[in-house]
Amino acid sequence: MKKSVFFGALAIAGLTAGVATAQSTLEQVQERGTLQCGSNEGLAGFAAPDANGNWEGFDVALCRAIATAVLGDPQAVEFVPLTSQTRFTALAAGEVDVLVRNSTWTFSRDTDLGLDFKGVNYYDGQAFMVRSDLGVSSALELDGATVCIQTGTTTELNLADFFRVNNMSYEPVPVATNAEGQQQYLAGACDVYTTDMSALAATRATFENVDEHVILPEIVSKEPLGPVVRHGDNEWGDIVGWTLMGLVAAEEFGVTSANVRELAEAPTDNPQLNRMLGTSGDFGPMIGLSNDWLVNVIAAVGNYGEIFEENIGENTPVGLARGLNALWTEGGLQYAMPFN
Amino acid sequence: MSDTHAQSAAFVRREMVPPAAPPPGEVGPLRWVRENLMSSWFNAILTVVSLYLIFMILSDILPWTLNGIWNAGSLSECREIRNARELESAACWAVINERWLQLLFGFYPTDDRLLASWFYAEELAAAGGMEAVFGLAADSTARIEFVGEMKRSLGNLTLFFFGYWRPLLALVLLVVAVAPVLYGSLPRKMLLFSLAYPFIAVFLLWGGSVWGPVTVAAGLVAAILVGRVVGGLWGMLIGLLSAIAAFLFIFFNPLGIIGVQGLFPILPHVVGMLDQIMPIGLPAIDSDDFGGFMLAIIIGTSGIVLSLPLGIVLALGRQSDMPLIRWICVSFIEVIRGVPLIVWLFTASLLLNYFLPPGTDFDLLLRVIIMVTLFASAYLAEVIRGGLAALPKGQYEAADSLGLDYWKSMQLVILPQALKISIPGIVNTFIGLFKDTTLVVFIGLRDPLGLTNAIRATGEWNGIYWELYIFVALLFFTFCFFMSRYSMYLERKLATDHR
Repeated sequence: MKKSVFFGALAIAGLTAGVATAQSTLEQVQERGTLQCGSNEGLAGFAAPDANGNWEGFDVALCRAIATAVLGDPQAVEFVPLTSQTRFTALAAGEVDVLVRNSTWTFSRDTDLGLDFKGVNYYDGQAFMVRSDLGVSSALELDGATVCIQTGTTTELNLADFFRVNNMSYEPVPVATNAEGQQQYLAGACDVYTTDMSALAATRATFENVDEHVILPEIVSKEPLGPVVRHGDNEWGDIVGWTLMGLVAAEEFGVTSANVRELAEAPTDNPQLNRMLGTSGDFGPMIGLSNDWLVNVIAAVGNYGEIFEENIGENTPVGLARGLNALWTEGGLQYAMPFN
Repeated sequence: MSDTHAQSAAFVRREMVPPAAPPPGEVGPLRWVRENLMSSWFNAILTVVSLYLIFMILSDILPWTLNGIWNAGSLSECREIRNARELESAACWAVINERWLQLLFGFYPTDDRLLASWFYAEELAAAGGMEAVFGLAADSTARIEFVGEMKRSLGNLTLFFFGYWRPLLALVLLVVAVAPVLYGSLPRKMLLFSLAYPFIAVFLLWGGSVWGPVTVAAGLVAAILVGRVVGGLWGMLIGLLSAIAAFLFIFFNPLGIIGVQGLFPILPHVVGMLDQIMPIGLPAIDSDDFGGFMLAIIIGTSGIVLSLPLGIVLALGRQSDMPLIRWICVSFIEVIRGVPLIVWLFTASLLLNYFLPPGTDFDLLLRVIIMVTLFASAYLAEVIRGGLAALPKGQYEAADSLGLDYWKSMQLVILPQALKISIPGIVNTFIGLFKDTTLVVFIGLRDPLGLTNAIRATGEWNGIYWELYIFVALLFFTFCFFMSRYSMYLERKLATDHR
């Protein structure tokens, strides 16, 4: 049904018409023809629109991967920008099908809020940035510092914990957004700016004199960021989770956007890869998708490593090293469950 | 007698002395300066200090503004150019130059087919023709690359005039539709167009089948006609009830309560039929794609247009003698006004979904417009009540003594005066409403301020602030200043009391 003001008004008729039958998320997405992906309003490297309004970024790529898996079209995504306050409510209320908005996987969010985290696409952690002329080389030397801190995030709590555990005091300068924090820090309102390492690196990269600022080596918290779905629709959760697994596994097996079509033409020597790419077995239909779902995904967005390098890797302005996000075979934490 | 004078006075002036030029200090700019700036030694000191302050501020801002760099691809490029020119500070207007379309229209799609066939025909042919690029079966990634390439080569001005012709045309027609309402000297027949305009605007902005808006308009007219005809035959009350019944049967499914489906509402059946006979329409565009300043104008103007009548009704209802109506109006006003707008917006965007049946797709933009309208109408009701209260009781009694019924006395005597008194307050509310549209950023609509955030998130423009904020501020200022000037014009025009 076309969505326009009037037809929107007509939807009120549904109130009198009684309760419609509930559909699964997969059916809803397929019927609608687009995936509604809750995304950041703008975070360097993770989600940002170019001049033509096309969204790009690390989180955006995962949305596109899910859309390709379900609908076969990486462009069939509606990005719904959500603030940190509204993101979980919007997901719970069904405004979005999946939330990929650098959200930290925590106990209470996973249980109490009725949400399911389906993996970790970026292992982040909280860090500190200071001016290099302060001569500080460790976060343990920050006693008595003024700290710019984003309110309402997990970082606020981590900061308090870190300073209390180390018997130090600090004076918080609350800011609402990363942009505001950046400005306050540059204006000298605080000695230290603290937020997730990835955001900190992206912020530092935009400074005029990058060398005048250092990011301290301590990482004071675990911030595993990942895609989130609602409790209760496990089939949909499987699709989201295994799309992410597929991207990581593809990197592990050396499948790239360039060679995936070739590898998918005929069975290879690697039986797990064959099952992934649908040249043997029926793994696609097991999650309600076509057998070549992962082939389309990798062809469209690339494997995990490609997505990383393209959006936040060392050759981009954000310039993040793989670190924890390297494959488990290379000393990182990215580990895909077997396709068996 | 004249002789005596001739002997006693040595000189008699026979013509008037020509007026002498005033002393140099009492004329022209010098006098103005002395009277206004240097009237005492204290004022003179104040003037000098103020001038120094103004100079200080301008000497910082003006070079920054005027030396601004207009052509660069990123903030770091801007900085390089600035250093190459050996400037101390320079605005990086390049971000506006590159992104002004986005700030105006958000992610509203351009008419790519039109652009491609008019300005990019050769490349379109090389890419395999219209259907190969834009058809349903076409590869969407390839299409986006093609469109990106096309937009880079066309330039923003071409995109503005031809890519965004739908919102632009809607805006131009808005001016045409609003003009007869604002200026009484224009022919009254233009008001017919003003009535039709909402439907035209919806069709232009959202697209889809032309029959949607047409049949909605026809349905409304039909409901009113039914009411008129029936009311003429059997009296006003039955007429009103039958109009409401007709409205319900056309737009809703009142029989749904007893389980009858399919027959009603009538509207979709008619639209479907007309669509089959004569499919005319524009590509449909989702509300999610609306953004930028366009969003502020859409929410602002619909809120303003809808809240004024609602506010008047509420104000009258609050003063009504009928307790039930008075209680309803008072509680509505107090509840809506007593809660912050942002809470209502959150209610509209998040809570409403819990109450609607699952799967209902109730347009977010429409929800926001409804909430903003209700909010503004509660404020307007109080402003207008102030106007009503300011009228002397004699005016009410005079209207009654003429034998006018309630509606006529309101329409002819009370409201024209009350509204005139309330003009500054009403416009004040409107300006507030227009600026409040930026609050929708919190519920995920992309207003201009939200877009500045998104633009700043790109690698190229991360770290840029003032330029974007100044641009947005100028846009809002232009609109609010026009509204304020118009209200002053209106007050002067309607001034009858020679104060």
